[in-house]
Amino acid sequence: MRLRFVLSQIGNGLRRNIAMAVSVVLVTFISLTFVGAAVMLQMQVDKAKDDWYDRVEVNVFLCPGGEPTQACPAGEVTEEQIAEIQSILESEALSDYVQNVYLESKSEAWASFQERFGDQEWAQRITEDQMQYSFRVKLVDPEQYQLIYDELSGRPGVQQVIDQRSILEPLFLVLNRATLISVGLAVLMTVTAVLLITTTIRLSAMSRRRETEIMRLVGASNFFIQLPFMLEGALAALTGAVLAVGGLWLGVHYIVEDWLAESVRFMPFVNTADVFTIAPVLVAIGIGLAVISSLVTLSRYTKV
Amino acid sequence: MIRFDNVSKVYARGHRPALDQVSVEVERGEFVFLVGASGSGKSTFLRLVHREERPTSGGVFVAGRDLSRISSWKVPQLRRQIGVVFQDFRLLGNKNVFDNVAIAMQVIGKPRHQVMSAVPETIEMVGLAGKEKRMPNELSGGEQQRVAIARAFVNRPAIILADEPTGNLDPTTSVGIMRLLERINRTGTTVAMATHDDEIVDQMRKRVIELVDGQVVRDQARGVYGARAEA
Ligand SMILES: Nc1ncnc2c1ncn2[C@@H]1O[C@H](COP(=O)(O)OP(=O)(O)OP(=O)(O)O)[C@@H](O)[C@H]1O
Ligand SMILES: [Mg+2]
Repeated sequence: MRLRFVLSQIGNGLRRNIAMAVSVVLVTFISLTFVGAAVMLQMQVDKAKDDWYDRVEVNVFLCPGGEPTQACPAGEVTEEQIAEIQSILESEALSDYVQNVYLESKSEAWASFQERFGDQEWAQRITEDQMQYSFRVKLVDPEQYQLIYDELSGRPGVQQVIDQRSILEPLFLVLNRATLISVGLAVLMTVTAVLLITTTIRLSAMSRRRETEIMRLVGASNFFIQLPFMLEGALAALTGAVLAVGGLWLGVHYIVEDWLAESVRFMPFVNTADVFTIAPVLVAIGIGLAVISSLVTLSRYTKV
Repeated sequence: MIRFDNVSKVYARGHRPALDQVSVEVERGEFVFLVGASGSGKSTFLRLVHREERPTSGGVFVAGRDLSRISSWKVPQLRRQIGVVFQDFRLLGNKNVFDNVAIAMQVIGKPRHQVMSAVPETIEMVGLAGKEKRMPNELSGGEQQRVAIARAFVNRPAIILADEPTGNLDPTTSVGIMRLLERINRTGTTVAMATHDDEIVDQMRKRVIELVDGQVVRDQARGVYGARAEA
């Protein structure tokens, strides 16, 4: 009897206030979509970093032949210089930081170059002798790049020390900025959602004041009086959260999985499974917002 | 059943008290009238019993409980033993007669089968059999007050508090309402009723408590409305 009564109360409340209920649904939908987007963006950054940092190396390019340049006034690197650089990289002092050192010969460099660009005419004119020696240094911790740079740059025979991490830095910068924007919008929209839910519940409580007053008179408990309002808010917020999860799913499925992941293959992407991982969090946030706003509002409007 | 121990109630600091050192005891099964001029404190008395207000000083005891000691989350439990009736009926306009009465059982979690048997029985008892599906605006004032009484009585409370229940009704209809309250009183329910209606009080010859400016000036068994003036 009680359950049936509560359900009919909720039905009446929602019907009477349908426009407000819809606006609560929409505003929680939008705010939770931004919350979800921010989380997904951070997941993307982490995923890409994990994968990328596993693979990145420090490239130590050695002086190529040909005209002397500022970095290589003496022309091409000599055998002795190569040996010396290798001994530095494999020295005791660096052994804690360096995981692996590999010397790429000119012919290997040419082979991989041809593999990548061989189908293009300009690349076919490049000869093996125009390539250069380089060391591929894999670090235990890719963040320790500076150490290798300080040790080797400017040394005779070394043309340039390049941290592969820097190649993707602009991408991470963009992703982090996007996260910040999403967080900002999420916060704004969440504040809006709280204010709107609070207003809705207050209006709902005022429009049913007579009913709640009679319920109080005949001895209904506070909890029982407040329950329909709370459930109304929670139901609207839950609907918004489900819509937000659906929206994120669509976005990730069509934009990331079907398009980005197909066209950009060197990096892992978030997927729809990740959307379902954060779905419970979004639902919990939505319901939490609704319940907390109702508790705060109702304690003032339906006192015993 | 109801005991006031030196109860004073001051609504706003600096104003004269609405009740001033009132000590009264009402036994189980009694029928008492509260009379007095407008503003003499009758409604305040009833609201203290129902714990819609708390006394500024003194003790209020209802059904064996010290109301100053029960915590606010237990107040609903107290109210389930008290039925209340008002001058303005306070029915829900969008619910029919049956639902208006049933709400009193539904909100305290009575099982459906009990609701289905107690509500029609009580509606019949107040003389509205066959009108269960009517909406309040399809009823006369007297009939609406009967619905309100049914709602107050459907849980078989130990006490009925009635605040000028005949205040909006003509004399004939009022007599019907008083018969009903008397019948409820005969089932053992304590009834406390605030009223301005001298004819009714004089006819019923029940206990009369008269308040003047918040003080009890007369407490008379089988009393009349204006005895003090006569005395
Ligand atoms: N909620 C309130 N806040 C402040 N003062 C109040 C409040 N309720 C009642 N009073 C004051 O308390 C006094 C007693 O009021 P009460 O309503 O108990 O009188 P009453 O005997 O029921 O009058 P009436 O016959 O007009 O209903 C009055 O002076 C009134 O102005
Ligand atoms: Mg009054």
